[in-house]
Amino acid sequence: MASLKELKGRINSVKSTQKITKAKQMVAAAKLRKAQAAAEAARPYASRLAEVMGSLAAKVAGQDNGPLLMRGTGSDQRHLLVVVNTDKGLCGGLNSNLVKEAKLQARALEAAGKTVTFYLVGKKGRAPIRRDYPNGIAAGYDTSLVRTPGFDEAAAIAHDLIAMFEAGKFDVAHLIAPEFKNALTQLPVTTQIIPVPAPTNTVAIDAVVEYEPGEEEILEELLPRYVTTQLFGALLEREASEQGASMTAMDNATRNAGELINKLTIQYNRSRQAAITTELIEIIAGAEAL
Amino acid sequence: MSLHFELVTPARLVRSEEVHMVVVPGTDGEFGVLEGHAPFMSTVKDGTIKVYKSAGSAPEEITVQGGFAEVGAKGLTVLAEHVEG
Repeated sequence: MASLKELKGRINSVKSTQKITKAKQMVAAAKLRKAQAAAEAARPYASRLAEVMGSLAAKVAGQDNGPLLMRGTGSDQRHLLVVVNTDKGLCGGLNSNLVKEAKLQARALEAAGKTVTFYLVGKKGRAPIRRDYPNGIAAGYDTSLVRTPGFDEAAAIAHDLIAMFEAGKFDVAHLIAPEFKNALTQLPVTTQIIPVPAPTNTVAIDAVVEYEPGEEEILEELLPRYVTTQLFGALLEREASEQGASMTAMDNATRNAGELINKLTIQYNRSRQAAITTELIEIIAGAEAL
Repeated sequence: MSLHFELVTPARLVRSEEVHMVVVPGTDGEFGVLEGHAPFMSTVKDGTIKVYKSAGSAPEEITVQGGFAEVGAKGLTVLAEHVEG
């Protein structure tokens, strides 16, 4: 049985932990709203770009001399997994779910006889992936230096990836990033980004569209932008997912701390009462003895 | 008689309005878009987009960096990487 002083110390320490988790929860809630708004605001650009891509790709499709980013290297032996993790913890199972998905994909690809390397965005995936694939990490991008990763960061990552692709370091790249459903659920999703998959919902434009300079030149300029936009979307989703997961995790932590405090308080009161009772018995017994 | 003009960046939808004419700095030269323009697509170089709210009015200038302009049945859409101001 812990002494009264020890119990009091425990209660106080749990109380201060609760204050921290509560504060973190409220911060996450406020940031989540902002992150969601940012994700919402980015949607028109992404959908427009996809539309333009669709109409252009339909025109160029079937030609052998399409841009490299579209037709690929012709083999699918070396795969690159771009894993987008958060930079900070305290967000529940978000990062471990992402790493789990990455490892699952890697194992599936390896079972099919392909080689797998990783490109890591964000700090939190580094350690667990390095543990299983000590030599598998090709490169990474540190997003922890800026407060809210934006389009510039996405452009830098895309530039990196395309440079690696053009240097022949890999054949296929997949993006593994969280998808924000709501504050409670964030699912890791894998999508192929390089070579750019031909859009499935191509909208046939009846009118004759004039292109300047030419269809292929436009497509060539458009593809890197498309990759960038996908990465930008992933960063935004990550931001929203991190805050959502953090909010939920911290809400749970706050509630657990409350329960623990109640339990400890009851224990404390019981011991206090027991101590008083023993003291009284001793006094009475002493008085009777006289 | 107006042209629907949209200016979109990755971060947000900057403009969505009805205007008279827009002059876009295309890679192969500037071009003006009025209502009823034929379907057209061009890359955009760094420069200023001039927006004429009505015929004969002074243009409003928007500096953009890199992107695309698409003219379709819905109007003119400019996808720019950066917009100043």
